[in-house]
Amino acid sequence: MSWKPDKDKPICPQLCEYICLSIATGVYGAGDKLPSVREMAVTAGVNPNTVKRAYEILEFRGIVTSVRNQGTFVSENTLIAKESLENMRRQKTAEYFTDMKALGMDAEAVKKYIEEWNA
Amino acid sequence: MSVLLRCENLTKSYGGTPALKDVNITLESGKIVGLLGPNGSGKTTLIKLINGLLTPTSGSIEVAGFAPGVESKKRVAYLPDNSYLNTWMSVKQIVNYFCDFYEDFRPELAYQMMAKLGISPEVRLKALSKGNKEKVCLILIMSRNALLYVLDEPIAGVDPAARDYIISTILNNYNPEATVLISTHLISDIEKILDEVIFINNGNVVLQKNVDDIREENGKSLDELFREVFRW
Repeated sequence: MSWKPDKDKPICPQLCEYICLSIATGVYGAGDKLPSVREMAVTAGVNPNTVKRAYEILEFRGIVTSVRNQGTFVSENTLIAKESLENMRRQKTAEYFTDMKALGMDAEAVKKYIEEWNA
Repeated sequence: MSVLLRCENLTKSYGGTPALKDVNITLESGKIVGLLGPNGSGKTTLIKLINGLLTPTSGSIEVAGFAPGVESKKRVAYLPDNSYLNTWMSVKQIVNYFCDFYEDFRPELAYQMMAKLGISPEVRLKALSKGNKEKVCLILIMSRNALLYVLDEPIAGVDPAARDYIISTILNNYNPEATVLISTHLISDIEKILDEVIFINNGNVVLQKNVDDIREENGKSLDELFREVFRW
């Protein structure tokens, strides 16, 4: 797992976002079992309570379901995870445009760079 | 959740020099707690008080419901900052030694972890490198089924890869009912695995807080906050 949290921000929401992303991009499919809290803690190198809380938050948001004594599973409906992927895309775009604006580019000028990049 | 450590107005002076002043700390079960402070702030003094190696000048300390002594030591696994093991002993002899000493010691677990590192039970401690010696000490401590693990500077003096090994050993072996108290000043290496931190300075507890709350409120990593609080 190549995930590095930003230590300036709370880790739990970053982990939620990362798991959401993994679900939305199909790393974990609908109905798949997620790694146990301990496994996830060890691979992500974070505190087990952080993972537990992240799983609880994701369950509250309907993205995963936990089954007593069996573990945590990806919900059959992955729409919510995909929605959050969409939000992340918008957010990244906003960040990009803010950065480009700071470099003196307006939206029209940015287009040129995007086209160049694609070529 | 139960309380594993309670210090009330705990004070320790060496001669006339105070090392800890009126410390009040409560630690609950199921947490990984960092005990952070600059050199000479009182970290090791607090740890020695928890383990009954020092007696308080005033105030009280209770570990897993007991005053420090035989009953508390049964429940506390302590990794001191200096190794106390006889270096002429082989790994196997030391494992047997721990079996005799601690009812909760799990030799299979210790051998299993050492095998992963390629450390043979026959090898003598003095033949191991500094890093491997420290790993063996940590493996011995984490192989106990204790309630409170107290690790004094477990990652000082080992390379970054060994630090990662030590951190994953802690995560892999601690039981969710137990609490791990880790003292260190290498904050950036361990801050991701902490639930809570205690900042200690000049013998005073200056902060005890949930780590994600700190990041949320300050927009800073623990390492940055530490540098700010303890700026000289």
